[in-house]
Amino acid sequence: MSSSNLQLEAPLDPAFKVERRTATGRGDLLEVSMGPQHPSTHGVFRMDVVLDGERVTKLKPVFGYLHRNHEKIAENTTYLGSMPYTDRLDYFCSLTNNWAYALTVEKLAGLQPPERAEYIRVITAEFTRLQNHVCLIGFLLQDMGASGTPLMYAFREREAILDLFESLTGARMMCNYMRFGGCRVDLPSGWLDQASKVVDRFPRFLDEFDRLISGNEILAARTQGVGVLPRELAVSASVTGPVLRASGVNYDIRKVDKYGIYDRFSFRVPLGDHGDVYDRYMVRVLEMHESLAILKSALRDIPPGPIMDPKAKLRSFKPKAGEAYGRIESAKGELGFYVISDGSANPYRYRVRPPSLINLTVLEDMCVGHTVADAVIILGSIDIVLGEVDR
Amino acid sequence: MMESLEALVSRMASVLPAIDVSLVPNEAPGGPSSLRVAPQDGRRAAEFFKSDPGLRLDYLSNLTGVDWPDRVTKQKVKSKRLVDGVEKEVEETLETRTPGFLEVVYHLYSIELKHGPLIFRMRTADRMAGVHLPSMTPVWRGAEFQEREVFDLYGVRFDSHPDLRRLLMWETFEDHPMRKDYVEPNDYEYEPTAHDEVLAKIKERDSSGVSGTA
Amino acid sequence: MDEGLRGELSRHGIFTTSLEGLYNWGRKNSIWPLQFGLACCAIEMIAATMARYDLARFGAEVFRPSPRQADLMIVAGTVTKKMAPQVVRLYNQMPEPKYVIAMGACAISGGPFKQGYNVLKGIDRYIPVDVHIPGCPPRPEALLHAFMTLQKRIDAQKLTGPSRPRHLVEEAPSEFPIPDFGPHDLTPGKNSAIWAPPRKAQGV
Repeated sequence: MSSSNLQLEAPLDPAFKVERRTATGRGDLLEVSMGPQHPSTHGVFRMDVVLDGERVTKLKPVFGYLHRNHEKIAENTTYLGSMPYTDRLDYFCSLTNNWAYALTVEKLAGLQPPERAEYIRVITAEFTRLQNHVCLIGFLLQDMGASGTPLMYAFREREAILDLFESLTGARMMCNYMRFGGCRVDLPSGWLDQASKVVDRFPRFLDEFDRLISGNEILAARTQGVGVLPRELAVSASVTGPVLRASGVNYDIRKVDKYGIYDRFSFRVPLGDHGDVYDRYMVRVLEMHESLAILKSALRDIPPGPIMDPKAKLRSFKPKAGEAYGRIESAKGELGFYVISDGSANPYRYRVRPPSLINLTVLEDMCVGHTVADAVIILGSIDIVLGEVDR
Repeated sequence: MMESLEALVSRMASVLPAIDVSLVPNEAPGGPSSLRVAPQDGRRAAEFFKSDPGLRLDYLSNLTGVDWPDRVTKQKVKSKRLVDGVEKEVEETLETRTPGFLEVVYHLYSIELKHGPLIFRMRTADRMAGVHLPSMTPVWRGAEFQEREVFDLYGVRFDSHPDLRRLLMWETFEDHPMRKDYVEPNDYEYEPTAHDEVLAKIKERDSSGVSGTA
Repeated sequence: MDEGLRGELSRHGIFTTSLEGLYNWGRKNSIWPLQFGLACCAIEMIAATMARYDLARFGAEVFRPSPRQADLMIVAGTVTKKMAPQVVRLYNQMPEPKYVIAMGACAISGGPFKQGYNVLKGIDRYIPVDVHIPGCPPRPEALLHAFMTLQKRIDAQKLTGPSRPRHLVEEAPSEFPIPDFGPHDLTPGKNSAIWAPPRKAQGV
């Protein structure tokens, strides 16, 4: 090819040349809708974020993608008819949901579960807390990029606990076990030994996990100082559960209300100093150790006896007109039920106080100024389950 | 321990001038009674609950709506009356109409003093136009999403809420589904069933020719 | 090819198959599901991928977060009316050939939440479903069974003729209309081209 064919000799067009831009770091803002289908939003949760580069400048959560009208359905069915629906609120913790609802209706109708039933409730609730925290930590680490191994380990332990639930209630996840004034069935023979074995084996897993993860440099770099929630904001925004305690507020409903028989167990309430993602992670790890201590003494002390209040009625159960608010310390925070009775077989008003939803009030405050990748783990550290957020 | 509600009501009346607070009894064996606060006094009462050194109710646990539609109570009254010159006992039906309203219930606890709950409630003027209540979000941030939920499902408008939008349903949705008179969309396919009420619904739907039938 | 000749050839180390057989064998053993969970059933779906149930044995452990890379949608959980348009949109974004498993009572019919005003009474009102798994939630074993059922279905597909699968029919739709949010309900309430209500109740 001869050089005359090249365009080099063509007259230069001054308007047609490379324009060199300097990076100012003040680009246009980008609006992104994360979710409802997003691998890191723990279900059908959506966040509308406004980004300046990688930084979050605004974040608005959008709810309702799993709003399945639990409250409306409960107002159209009998008191007992809502018990299976409570399983499906926070579907990791069906037994604590059962307990919160049973506790509320017992307040409304003046029932008192017998001692053995109270022990069974504590045992199942603490097992529920264990498997919830274990899975949460697995998912949190998955969000940080440790895909696979931690979650696999977590689910291995969860399966051991689900086996216990299955042999007790007949279902792995949707247990539908508690009744107003007691529990549905008594423990099968050999269950306590099986449960003790799980409890004895658990610390080994926790220690192994601790060695692997808690001192890990990447974990520290990703979580310490990220998503700080100040104490005053946490209280004002009605944040509860491990998220509140990681900000240094000593408020555990097991200690404050002493519902059930929690005054008989000695356990400590772990508190955080900084209120960041690392504290929220560590509070849960320490809570699992305390749960194991409660389980040990409960499994040792459980007395024989009946499991239902003899005054309790399953059929044509109609509490007198009145209202009651019952709350427990679920794995996510304060799970409350508010029931108004008008004397008929259906509750007039049935309300669930969802800890996951209310803890999300502070999501924007925690995420602004951090990167998108941090927003994902901040969300993960709050521990939400969409069944409970949207109900 | 918190003071009794009767003592609290009289103390509020002495501290807050011209406040409209009354006691609402609760007959359930385990549940405490509650206070009813007039909407115009709501913010004043809330600030008092939060800052009073004996209460320090810094934690709004639960906020929810309740729908009380118009109620017609029929009462049979027997009275003696002269009918055609003879005294007879006549039975009459008296109708009393109670106008409906929406109610919002607040459950307060104190994290600082570890007591509670204090329950107070506010009522709207009616269920149609006068559905305004003061927002508690400036006092307790925890009210933000719960007030949006009550607005969505019951249609209570919270004045001075920073961002009052629907929380659960989509933006263009027009109803308030938790109200007692909400009519749900007819989108069942009504499978073969032994339930009489479902069969009655099918008959009604097929005769009215509503869309959704095969 | 007759069986005798096939046996004779395989004795000499020559493996014969039809193009159809090879094609379906490859497809059925590398189903990539969409990483997509809606509600409770999603947890059992995750449990099915973990060590105890090990979905990887069926070649389906590669959960893809993007619909563009997936060929199976497991509708795991309650589809609400607010979520239904997104589910249809995700389905439309998946490349052919694509399959749908409706996991759990909610995805099939609304399940326990059928009376809810915001609950879609079955995802097959908007997209075609290949395998239904009953249960609330179905156990991981049931999900494995659904996988095997789907694999059998894929294996038996004829690639030519009038009964060939949808992705080989040029005029067949690959995308389905996305419902809109109306003032009271989704509009339309169903895709009449693919779904009709079951026959009316007996005696009415």
